Amino acid sequence: MKIAVCVSHVPDTATKIKIDTSEKAIDKNGVTYVINPYDEYAVEEALKYKEKFGGDSEVVALSVGGDSNKETIRKALAMGVDRGILLKSENTFDSFGIAKVLADEIKTQGCDLVFFGKQSVDFDNSITGQLTATILGYSCIAVVVDLKIDGDKVIAEREIEGGKEVVESKLPVVITAQKGLNEPRYASLKGIMAAKKKTIEEKAVSTGENHIEMVKLHKPAPKQPGRILGTDSSAVPELVKLLREEAKVI
Amino acid sequence: MANTILAVLEQRENKIKKSSFEVVSTAAGLAKDLGFEAQAVVIGDAVENIQDISKYGITNVTHFKSSELANYSASAYTNIIAEFAKEISAEYLLFSATALGKDLSPRVAVKLDAGCIVDCTNLQAADGNVIVTRPIFAGKALMDVKPKSEIKIISLRPNVFKANDSGSENSTNVVEKSVDNPDLSTKVIEFKKSEGKLDVAEADIIVSGGRGLKAPENFKLVEDLADALGAAVGASRAAVDAGWRPHREQVGQTGKTVTPNLYVACGISGAIQHLAGMSSSKYIVAINKDKDAPIFSVADYGIAGDIFEILPVLTEEIKKIKS
Repeated sequence: MKIAVCVSHVPDTATKIKIDTSEKAIDKNGVTYVINPYDEYAVEEALKYKEKFGGDSEVVALSVGGDSNKETIRKALAMGVDRGILLKSENTFDSFGIAKVLADEIKTQGCDLVFFGKQSVDFDNSITGQLTATILGYSCIAVVVDLKIDGDKVIAEREIEGGKEVVESKLPVVITAQKGLNEPRYASLKGIMAAKKKTIEEKAVSTGENHIEMVKLHKPAPKQPGRILGTDSSAVPELVKLLREEAKVI
Repeated sequence: MANTILAVLEQRENKIKKSSFEVVSTAAGLAKDLGFEAQAVVIGDAVENIQDISKYGITNVTHFKSSELANYSASAYTNIIAEFAKEISAEYLLFSATALGKDLSPRVAVKLDAGCIVDCTNLQAADGNVIVTRPIFAGKALMDVKPKSEIKIISLRPNVFKANDSGSENSTNVVEKSVDNPDLSTKVIEFKKSEGKLDVAEADIIVSGGRGLKAPENFKLVEDLADALGAAVGASRAAVDAGWRPHREQVGQTGKTVTPNLYVACGISGAIQHLAGMSSSKYIVAINKDKDAPIFSVADYGIAGDIFEILPVLTEEIKKIKS
């Protein structure tokens, strides 16, 4: 089985976001980039299925972006992914364009099982997996916390409001991973050394014309500092009064 | 018949969800601004509150009715919505950015070659187009975008837009359509309800706990207050990573972004990832020992004291006024 895992390269979640002077991008100065947290669950699941299928099964990591994305591909390689492909494009804010180039490459690679993180923690779109699957004509189950594949039958649990949906589908399939799906392995020293020898192929791609036009980025209005009502339970009556009479929320 | 906005509604257990009525009102408002016509579509078996749709501003509703489609089937729903949108030449499709809306809208977008904008928090008509605002980086920044494609798909973050009950006396004009041989290749076969009564993603009030609770059993204090308020229980990443609470309760950048009317943070210091996920709540209360904790910078009201002493008193006080 050929398995693909799509990874994105995002600012660490501890980053304070600043907008640059163009107002169309964030200020990258001093920002640390990491593999998207949800993609670690995707990589882990891809590796688990490679081990399960055995034989000549292979996992390939795909990433759309600039040269620095290689760090994130390298991270996936260090965890145990076999090889990487960087699809070089500077246009990474329209999910539709990203999905198109990923779909093309997945087809070229002949992967029947594809993993994504459920969303990237930069643009928070949470749709690239579904878009890619639909372009490919694959089935897709998103926000998955439990996965079972038996022959070409796929049963997954996905998280929704108030519970989990058990979804039945079949291969070829795109799965988007939610926290809770597994416990991602750490890259061992051996893995990190081995990753240095693995290949990252580079391909120039075009995401085509955007379906969405960026107008501008801005920061939410800062919240007015509130009131500290006290330091112990003697402040409770005042708090309750304010919630009832001023905020009117209880 | 271009110039049509289609509100795509969601039913669960045969009832249209509150967030779908927000979509109805927003679609009706946008149609007015653009000089368009708005109509709605719902897929399901019997839909009990289908007549309520007109109260929120749309009178023409198409109901694709099938007992096989009472539960979500990504494959079948995608085909039905995409075909119907083509049939009526819809230019805008509005969804709610629920689990279902986020799953279905991109699939329909591919079928219609439409731009897909997720989790919109503001929508403004401008020169025959719209400007859509959506949070990025879990709310640390906002992005304004304009759809460029001929057909435009937008999903609205729940609990941000108002469902305006106009008190209209118009009845809802429902056209029922049957569905022959739906494509059920991907379908929900079971729903496992979680134990908690309310989900943080849908609750009007959330009471969250963090590391300041010191031990998982102390979450009882948070649960008691949540019960008294009719609130959902949330948790910080620290509490989830420690194994004290399930991930579905996690609020923040690698959990859920929430916008309740009231958010009560108990023993949460306010890491940047947590603040990103909850600071657009309408009112925030923080109770934390450390008066310099970042959580107080976003709180409307705070008590800088011991949660173990304060929470039981607060719970009793709330019970008193509720009884």
